[in-house]
Amino acid sequence: MNRPTHQPMVWMLVAALALAVLPFMLGANAIDKLTTLFIFMLLASTWGLLAGQAGLVSVGQQAFFGLGAYFALRLVDGGWTAYPALFAGAIGAAVVAWGLSFFVLRLKEGEFAIATWVIAEVIRIGVMLDPIVQGETGTSLIALNAVEPELRRNIGFWMALGSLTFMLAMTAWLLRSAVGTATRAIGEDDEAAASLGVRVTPTRRWVYVLASFGAALAGVAWLASAITFLPRTNFGVQWSVLMLFMALVGGLRSQWGPLVGALLLFVLQESLGHLGAWYLAGLGAVAMVFAIWLPRGLAGLWDDWRARQSTATAPPAPTAVSSSTSINTLSRSSTP
Amino acid sequence: MIDALIQGTLLGGYYAVLAAGLSLMFGVMRIINLAHGDLAMVGAFLVLWMVGLGWSPWLAVLVAVPTMGVVGMMLQQWVLARTLRSGVLLPLLVTMGLGALIQNGLYGVFGSEARSLADALGELSWASWTLPGDIVVGQLPVMTLVLGVAVLAGLQGMLSWTRMGRSIRAASSDPEAAALCGVDAASVHRAAAAISVALAALAGAMLATRATIEPYAGPLLLIMAFEAVVIGGIGSLWGTLLGGILLGLAQSFGALVSPQGFQLGGHLLFLAVLGGRLWNQYRHGLGLSIWPTPRRTSTRAAAPKTLEAQP
Repeated sequence: MNRPTHQPMVWMLVAALALAVLPFMLGANAIDKLTTLFIFMLLASTWGLLAGQAGLVSVGQQAFFGLGAYFALRLVDGGWTAYPALFAGAIGAAVVAWGLSFFVLRLKEGEFAIATWVIAEVIRIGVMLDPIVQGETGTSLIALNAVEPELRRNIGFWMALGSLTFMLAMTAWLLRSAVGTATRAIGEDDEAAASLGVRVTPTRRWVYVLASFGAALAGVAWLASAITFLPRTNFGVQWSVLMLFMALVGGLRSQWGPLVGALLLFVLQESLGHLGAWYLAGLGAVAMVFAIWLPRGLAGLWDDWRARQSTATAPPAPTAVSSSTSINTLSRSSTP
Repeated sequence: MIDALIQGTLLGGYYAVLAAGLSLMFGVMRIINLAHGDLAMVGAFLVLWMVGLGWSPWLAVLVAVPTMGVVGMMLQQWVLARTLRSGVLLPLLVTMGLGALIQNGLYGVFGSEARSLADALGELSWASWTLPGDIVVGQLPVMTLVLGVAVLAGLQGMLSWTRMGRSIRAASSDPEAAALCGVDAASVHRAAAAISVALAALAGAMLATRATIEPYAGPLLLIMAFEAVVIGGIGSLWGTLLGGILLGLAQSFGALVSPQGFQLGGHLLFLAVLGGRLWNQYRHGLGLSIWPTPRRTSTRAAAPKTLEAQP
């Protein structure tokens, strides 16, 4: 399963190219919805990479979601044109993540979770002190109003799609490389991995910066389609909660699981979103149910089903073992 | 200036109560309950609801705190115990989900209206004493601090002298040895969870007496509780009190600078303390000691995974 094969990458590119022509076929509403879906998928896959593969539970990825957008606003204010500024903003957020990684990656589990959150809050407060953001009021990327609405919508769609494809390709490449093997080893047990000579911190830094860059790309794609920038929304901790939901329900340890989780969240939001707080409470409850009873998510269910199928048809099939991803950390019983 | 000093110190008692529960649960079960602040809000809303029924606020707190203790026990029994077996990731995820459930559930039931116990407390909520030098201190904040210190002292006494307290300390410093000596881990965990959630509820009620509360305030309480624990040094109740006071001071002084400074001051102190600790650890790892290394550093190096033993 982990053999270096390029087939998934090729399929992904084909799918992305096929999706890229959709703006010429679908209406404005559908394109907006799909843009949202791709942003969800992007966020879910970055969080899955972080928590599922590298074992880093962050409650602070909204820092980069908001920071990319903020940098873009700053650059536009400084005279840049809108779209280059958006990309530069995302790269700026990744640079900040790289700098922060020297601090946060030294922290363990829960401390990492809360320290990243506190840093996100500090960044939000700092951004709100900037006069161009006007505190709680927020601001908007007025430069984008110069672009014709239909083109703007399509560019937003392509940004989201392109970022998602880029992120998935990077993730697939990363997980198939030596860094990926190291990453998975760290996710299972960082101390054991370190004792085997895995360079834990540099590997985690790779994953952390990549995931933060992904969150920043999602943030600038969001800004490109929403135009308004509200510090409370763009830096809101609800992004992390949604990322948790998508990655956990889809399957933390699987590369494709978070995408399924994102699709599920999108469908739920479209059908039940009008219930407001009760809908969000339900998401929390579903996340708990998955964490308790189905820690491997829907991807785990699928693997189990596949494994049962293959054992049913060919009893001694060795594929049964290899097709169910070993999720030692999640299902291991640490006997005291 | 003096005013900020006093306000900050008085806040410390409330933060210490909030943080002690978080610290206890972490010490015993090694999980950080990301829903701790939300459980505090549940406690506060429970008190407000009972006061709304016409109860006296004091009676409401007396009933709500043990009730939330039972809730904590059930939470441990049915939710946390199932995730404890499987590493550190799932407890974090499950409590994060619980937090979202509680916040939105509270919003669904009580709405977004900001509430406070101040009306029910009548004139106590604004009564104050005047100290020599024309320094005015509110009676309620002083009572909160005194109650906080009393609760911590009671908890310390419980941990030191009762059978259950000794079991809790044993299980937190060495679970395997404790199990060999006949300590029932499951009941220790239930007791710790009960105390932790009851303390959270008490802190929530304390908050409701002096400020307005709303359903989505929980995450901020969690952050502050965690900050107080880290600033004071994990593992000691009196350290937690000190951490709470320092956090309160940082916030009060931050508020002097700008309205945003209240939060920012606390956050920056927390990050500075955490950074200092990491720096120390790093220097120690290199075998250098530019700074006079505190006593903690040596135990940390010896047992990097179990640094947080209860007193």
